[in-house]
Amino acid sequence: MATKDSPVNNPMLDPVTGEYRVIAPGHTFKSVTETVSRIVLTSHTPLGWWFGFMLAGSVVGLLMICVSWLFVKGIGIWAVTVPVAWGFAIVEFVWWIGIGHAGTLISAILLLFKQGWRNSINRFAEAMTIFAVMCAGMFPVLHLGRPWLGYWLFPYPSTMNYWPQFRSPLMWDVFAVSTYATISVIFWYLGMIPDLGTLRDRAQSKFGQFFYGLISVGWRGSVRHWVRYETASLLLAGLATPLVLSVHSVISLDFSVALLPGWHTTIFPPYFVAGAIYSGFAMVLTLAIPIRKFYHLEDLITIRHIENCNKVMLATGLVVAYGYSSEVFMSWYSASHWEYFMMWNRMFGPMGWSYWALITCNIALPQLLWARKLRTNVAFTFIMSLIINTGMYLERFVIVITSLTRDYLPSSWGTYRATRWDYGTFLGTLGFFTFCFFLFIRFLPMIPMSELRLMLPQAKVREKREPLPEAGD
Amino acid sequence: MPLPEGLYGLMAEFDSPTDLVHAARSAYRAGYRRMDCYTPYPVEEAAEAIGFHRDEVSLVCLIGGLLGLVAMYTLETWISVWAFPLNIAGRPYYSWPAFVIPGYEWTILWAGMSACFGMLALCGLPKPYHPVFNAPNFRNGATTDKFFLCLESTDPKFEAAEARSFLEAQKPISVVEVEY
Repeated sequence: MATKDSPVNNPMLDPVTGEYRVIAPGHTFKSVTETVSRIVLTSHTPLGWWFGFMLAGSVVGLLMICVSWLFVKGIGIWAVTVPVAWGFAIVEFVWWIGIGHAGTLISAILLLFKQGWRNSINRFAEAMTIFAVMCAGMFPVLHLGRPWLGYWLFPYPSTMNYWPQFRSPLMWDVFAVSTYATISVIFWYLGMIPDLGTLRDRAQSKFGQFFYGLISVGWRGSVRHWVRYETASLLLAGLATPLVLSVHSVISLDFSVALLPGWHTTIFPPYFVAGAIYSGFAMVLTLAIPIRKFYHLEDLITIRHIENCNKVMLATGLVVAYGYSSEVFMSWYSASHWEYFMMWNRMFGPMGWSYWALITCNIALPQLLWARKLRTNVAFTFIMSLIINTGMYLERFVIVITSLTRDYLPSSWGTYRATRWDYGTFLGTLGFFTFCFFLFIRFLPMIPMSELRLMLPQAKVREKREPLPEAGD
Repeated sequence: MPLPEGLYGLMAEFDSPTDLVHAARSAYRAGYRRMDCYTPYPVEEAAEAIGFHRDEVSLVCLIGGLLGLVAMYTLETWISVWAFPLNIAGRPYYSWPAFVIPGYEWTILWAGMSACFGMLALCGLPKPYHPVFNAPNFRNGATTDKFFLCLESTDPKFEAAEARSFLEAQKPISVVEVEY
């Protein structure tokens, strides 16, 4: 029976395993190099790129306006007040950092597990990490009230004879997030050096030759360098793995060290990390699907990548579901009046809609991914990735806002209604993220060419007279 | 120091990694030591073939990580116990469990930076100019799809005519002279 999915008719399916291939068959070292480098080295920037770039740029303008007004007036323009002193700023900080985590997971953890399919998507997943961390980093600083004094957080010998206080999770955050940002940039850049060498050698324009010549630090592909490079990559992957787990754990400690009902729980670190990876993979798909379509990269970012990302989302989504149920169970099992009320208020209080919307987006709808037909459907996956991103935003919203609006004493209860500056700043960071991403796909190789070459069957050194295996995996 | 002049080495170009590794093995067997292979992606067998077995990146990384841990932990202890002691809800000045986390982060930070910059330093990078770039066919292939073996003239065994006939016996696409 020769259906559309059978290996006979579909060249993207591996005849042996029946799985989708990681790279379409028939590629050579030269063809993968050209496919990736022509996106960067072309002198004809596509009109679509200009359109998106301008649009994102104007949203960055909105961010500038919001931040400038914040500097002039102070954080009173946001809806933060007592009891909700952590409004959208912290919701968005946690959300953005979480999105970044999938980039590190793909580049580091999947490298250690020798998951070859990660090779086509790791570069832009890492770029996504960096831009997401940049967006995230803005919020706690803007939320300081006097952002220009943000450097007080760092230990430095000041004339005030003042030093930071290291027993607070907020202080640990400074080190976790700054380390995360630095290591992500280093890992990303180091991985890019050989590809920048390729671009330097292939660039036609004087500016291109100079620019890529400068940032490729004179890479010449010596095997001695390659051996050290591989060691350094593995070491960085081994370092980034515990780092990424620690970053969202430390962020969750900002909440769970506090005594507030709904925050003071031990499930937070693992559940925050799983949620981070969940939303990050959703963002990878949100970005990868349009890019692969627009730049015709279906040969390199295949259905296999999309399906695997969906499987990771399904798995992490279930961990997150376990986290939610554990919260509900613990609030009952604790026999604490306040915990019990907190959960009731979360579900049926004035902001109950957000809890049920969260359950729908994060737990109910993603179960559709169990169906292989839907997992390998690009349009469906794209919509699902948007739903999950919304769901993860709602999760942060529920955790931060509903817990804060209902304190221990009814006299200190309050409500929260975000202002237009809250929305403007959030929209602005989305624009900033997209703006950086547009620059990245235009000027830097978004798919690692050297790693793709390594995955081609002709890359293997073989003893003479050994036959060449089937291309593709 | 005057710039070196004359012949840097002889460069043979190959079409496949298999040919390169076979040529590199025979060159090593023939007694050449100062040579290098240039490939568009990591070919570990080629590094083995020219006798490059271990690198020091891991050691640099370990030292960096330990220094980072010691630096942060000492800083925290000094600040919290001597420089600026604060009573936070009656916790001891030396609250070691709380100090573990920034120490952990700095271990990773310093180890990662040492791995990256240590690797570049061990490779002698950044080095925008290198004689191999003078080979006319090098930049066309070395970072795309061709494999190169360069026998360097500083090798005591190196003698131009003999090295050329040795390389040509390995069936390369071409053998070219590389000038400084």
